[in-house]
Amino acid sequence: MEIVAILRIAMRALARNKMRSALTMLGIIIGVAAVIAMVSVGQGAQAQAQQQIAAMGSNMLFVGSGTISRGGMHMGWGATKTLIYEDEQAIVRECPAVKAAAPGATASAQVVFGNDNWNTRVNGTEPQYFDIRTWAFQEGASFSQADGESVANVAVIGETVRKNLFGATDPLGQTMRINNLPFKVVGVLVTKGTSAAGGDDQDDNIFVPITTLQKKITGQPWLRWIIVSAVSRQGSYIAQQQIASLLRDRHRIRPGSDDDFFVRNLADMADLADQQSRLFTVLLASIASISLIVGGIGIMNIMLVSVTERTREIGIRMAIGATEGDVQQQFLIEAIVLSLIGGGIGIAIGIGVSYLITQTLGWPVLVSTTAIAAAALFSGAVGIFFGFYPARKAARLDPIEALRYE
Amino acid sequence: MATISQPDTHPAQAPATNAIIRVADAHKYYELGETRVHALRGVNVEIHRGEFVAIMGASGSGKSTFMNIVGCLDTLSSGEYFLEEIDVQRFSKKDLASIRNKKIGFVFQGFNLLSRTTALENVELPTLYAHITHAEGQRRAHEALELVGLGERKLHYPSQLSGGQQQRVAIARALVNRPAILLADEPTGNLDSRTSVEIMDVFQNLNLGGLTVVLVTHEPDISQFATRTIEFRDGRIRHDTPVKNRPLASEVLKNLPTLED
Repeated sequence: MEIVAILRIAMRALARNKMRSALTMLGIIIGVAAVIAMVSVGQGAQAQAQQQIAAMGSNMLFVGSGTISRGGMHMGWGATKTLIYEDEQAIVRECPAVKAAAPGATASAQVVFGNDNWNTRVNGTEPQYFDIRTWAFQEGASFSQADGESVANVAVIGETVRKNLFGATDPLGQTMRINNLPFKVVGVLVTKGTSAAGGDDQDDNIFVPITTLQKKITGQPWLRWIIVSAVSRQGSYIAQQQIASLLRDRHRIRPGSDDDFFVRNLADMADLADQQSRLFTVLLASIASISLIVGGIGIMNIMLVSVTERTREIGIRMAIGATEGDVQQQFLIEAIVLSLIGGGIGIAIGIGVSYLITQTLGWPVLVSTTAIAAAALFSGAVGIFFGFYPARKAARLDPIEALRYE
Repeated sequence: MATISQPDTHPAQAPATNAIIRVADAHKYYELGETRVHALRGVNVEIHRGEFVAIMGASGSGKSTFMNIVGCLDTLSSGEYFLEEIDVQRFSKKDLASIRNKKIGFVFQGFNLLSRTTALENVELPTLYAHITHAEGQRRAHEALELVGLGERKLHYPSQLSGGQQQRVAIARALVNRPAILLADEPTGNLDSRTSVEIMDVFQNLNLGGLTVVLVTHEPDISQFATRTIEFRDGRIRHDTPVKNRPLASEVLKNLPTLED
C-alpha cells in the first residue's frame, strides 16, 4: 500500500474523532512541552551559573593571606601579615602557568561626597586587576601604574557606590573623601552584579592604587590577596600548584606545617556549578519524560478502543485483501501520526514556555535544539512503542469474527 | 439498470472443463469450549467458470462455513480445495489475503461499506492492497461504479444512499480487482423484494458477461435466478440441481410495482 494512501487513511481516522484525538494528543503535547521547557530551564540555569563565574574573571585564582590560630583562637582570613608585594612579583615571574596577577588589600571606609556618605570597601590594587577580572569601565578608565608609583589620590568606583554617593551627578573628575582624604574619581566600572561565590554586591567597591591604600589609608605594608589569571582553564590547576609551592618556599614553611595562605581556584567552583546545574537539568528532564510516557499510555489506550470500535472495518479490509501487515501498518501509522502531531504542537508550546520561564527569571534564553530533536524523536518512538500492541491486536483479528462483530 | 457490454472487465474465459472451484472430501471442525462442532462433514463439489450457483440451507447447515472456505477466509480441517486448480489450502495467511484481493470479490448481507467514506473511495479500497498505481485504481473504481449504474453517485457517502444503492457500491467494490469469482453472502437479506430483484439483475448481467457467481441465500425465489442450486444440510450437500425455467430478473422487474412511486 502506498504511504500516501496510508497517511490519508490515518488522518481521516483521526479526524473522525477530533475531540478524542485532541485529548489523546494532549498527553504527548504536555510531555514534549515539559521536556523541552525543563531542559531549557536547566540549561538556562547552567548558562546563568557559567556567566556568573565568567563574570569573576577568566581562569581566575584567588590567593588570600591565611588564617592563623594563636593560643587556640582562630583569626579570620587575612590575619597573617606574610603575604607581600614581592610575592605577587614572584608569582608572575616564576609560575609559567600564570598569565597575570594583581596584588590587593581591602579596608572598610566611610566615603563622603557633598552631603552624601556611604560605607564601602576600599581596595588597593594595580591597573591590571581590571583586565584579569575582565571588568570594563562605563566611564573614564583605570588609574595608571604611574599613579601607583606616585601614591596618587585617585579612585575607580563601582556602580553601587556611584548610585549612592553621586546620584545624578557625573562622578568623573569629582573629588570625594575617603577617610577624610580627597580622592579624584577617574573611572566608573560597569555593573557586575552579585558574585556567584559569596553573593555579595561586587559593585559596592572602590579601587585605589595599592600604594595609596597601604600608605595613606591602612598603614599596613602587607597584602590581603593576590588575584591571578592562569593561561587557560586547564592551566589554572597547574598554576594553583605552582603558586602554592612557590609561596611555601618563599614563606619558608616546613613540610608538615600549615600554609599561611590559601589558593582558591575559581575553575573548581565553575566545575561544581556546572555539575550541579547538569544534575538539575537531568532531574527536570527525567521528571518531564514521565509525562511523555503517560502520554504514550494514553495513546495506547485510545488505540485499543479504536481497534475494538473498528473491528468490522478491519474485517472488511481483510476480506478484500488487506494482509495482517497492512492492518498492523495502518494502526501503527495512526498512532505515530497522533504522537508526531502531538510532538509538533508540544515542541511549539515547549519553546514558548521556555522563553516565558527564562525571561521571567532573567536567565539567558536557551532553547535546546538537542532537546527539540530528542523530543521529536522520542514522540515518534512513543507512537511506535505504544502503537505496536494495539496494531498487533488489530492485525491478529480473525476476519470472519471481525466481519460478524456488531 | 446497466447492461453488461464490457466483457473485458472480467477474466478471460478459460476452458469450461476446468473447475474454478473444486472441493473434495472437505471437513471442518470448530472447537467451541468442550464441544466440537462438525460444520462440514465431507463435501464434494465442483463449480465451473461462468456458473451462477445459489447455496441454500438453514442456519447451521454448513453453508456459511463453506462460503468462508471458498472465500479463503478460513481453511479446511481436512480435505482439498482448489481455486483455479491452485491448492490454496497450503497458502500462508499473507498469500490468502492476496488471493482474496485478486481472485475473489465479496458481497455481504450488511453491505459492509466504510461509513464517512465516499462510494468511490469504498470501491477503490481493494485496489489499495493490490499494488497497482493510484491512478489505475481510480480508473477501475470509476469503471466499476459505472458498471453497476452508480456513475452519478460516486461522491455520495453510504448514509446518503439507499440500501440497493449501497449494495451496488459493494458489488462494484467486489469487481474492482477483476476477480475470478463473486461471492455473495445473503446479498438481498437486508433489502425489500423489488430491490432484491434489482440486485439479482445486476448479478445475472455480470454472470452473462462471464463472471462466476456464488450466492448464499435462504430465499427460494432468490435462488431461482441462479443456474444451479446447492442445498446444504447438516454439513453435507443434500441437493445439487440445475435451475429449470430460470426467470430473467429484468423481466420480473417489469411486473413488479415500483415502490418509489
